Amino acid sequence: MIDLIGREVVDAFLSNFWSIGAFYTLALVIVASGMLVVLMKNIVHSVLWLAVCFIGMAGLFLTLDADFLAAVQVLVYAGAVCIMVVLAIMVIRRADMKFSNPFNAQVYAAAGVVALVLPVCVFLAAKTEWLVSRARVPEDTVGPIATLMLSKYVIPFEVVAVLLLVALIGALLIAREVKTDANTGSQAD
Amino acid sequence: MQIPVVKLIDPVTMLSIGPAHYVILSAVLFCIGLFGVLAKRNAVMVLICIELMLNAVNINLAAFSKYVTPADFTGQIFAIFVIAVAAAEVGLGLAIIIAIYRNKVSVNLDDFDLLKW
Repeated sequence: MIDLIGREVVDAFLSNFWSIGAFYTLALVIVASGMLVVLMKNIVHSVLWLAVCFIGMAGLFLTLDADFLAAVQVLVYAGAVCIMVVLAIMVIRRADMKFSNPFNAQVYAAAGVVALVLPVCVFLAAKTEWLVSRARVPEDTVGPIATLMLSKYVIPFEVVAVLLLVALIGALLIAREVKTDANTGSQAD
Repeated sequence: MQIPVVKLIDPVTMLSIGPAHYVILSAVLFCIGLFGVLAKRNAVMVLICIELMLNAVNINLAAFSKYVTPADFTGQIFAIFVIAVAAAEVGLGLAIIIAIYRNKVSVNLDDFDLLKW
């Protein structure tokens, strides 16, 4: 049996069994739930599969030694973004949720674009000779990220803070109900 | 010329996880998101699919951070910025969709033709 599939294959498999298993399991979960997000007929079900996809991606970040990123992924995406999207769907509710997620007339054109883009990306990824560094990721990732954030990347950090504030105020202003004056018909707030 | 895809389905390459595996996974996820953006009629769904595409980019950034510059954390910090910008984008996007829904009573993207000549 070992001769049939080759000694080095067995060695490569046994040497890092858990990381290989984790990668392929998480990849399967992410791709399957991503497909379900697009293909589900009910948009609320789509958002639920989106949460599954985000949590699978947090697991993938753990296999990449990015534990802070995994925590942020769960907090921001699986927590905040999914809830916000569900709330928006409930505000824009319609009588029947059953067919709330239809395709438009460009399905075949979109499938054609994807069928062109995907093989090119896979071909280029397979063709590239990656310059893999021999160094290991440090055990503690949160400490160095905090130091870098407030030293080398302090200006982008502050700009992102301002951006989030502006986006928050802008979202409130845009989504605010505009009262219409009944007498004149003109809009006044 | 050696065909690289043959190298991909070789069992030894398949079992030693490297950056190429993560890049291909992120390409697949990006294409799922791209398909949704192009082919969906509901505006909220298009936003969701944009989130999928941004997440695919984050996988790439984290993978490069681990395999290319492990001690610098450049990719991880970029991924954090991408997450922050994506959160701002989804908040504003949903606000705009709600505002348009008030005017048009529709979230069908084909009805959003206010700027058409």
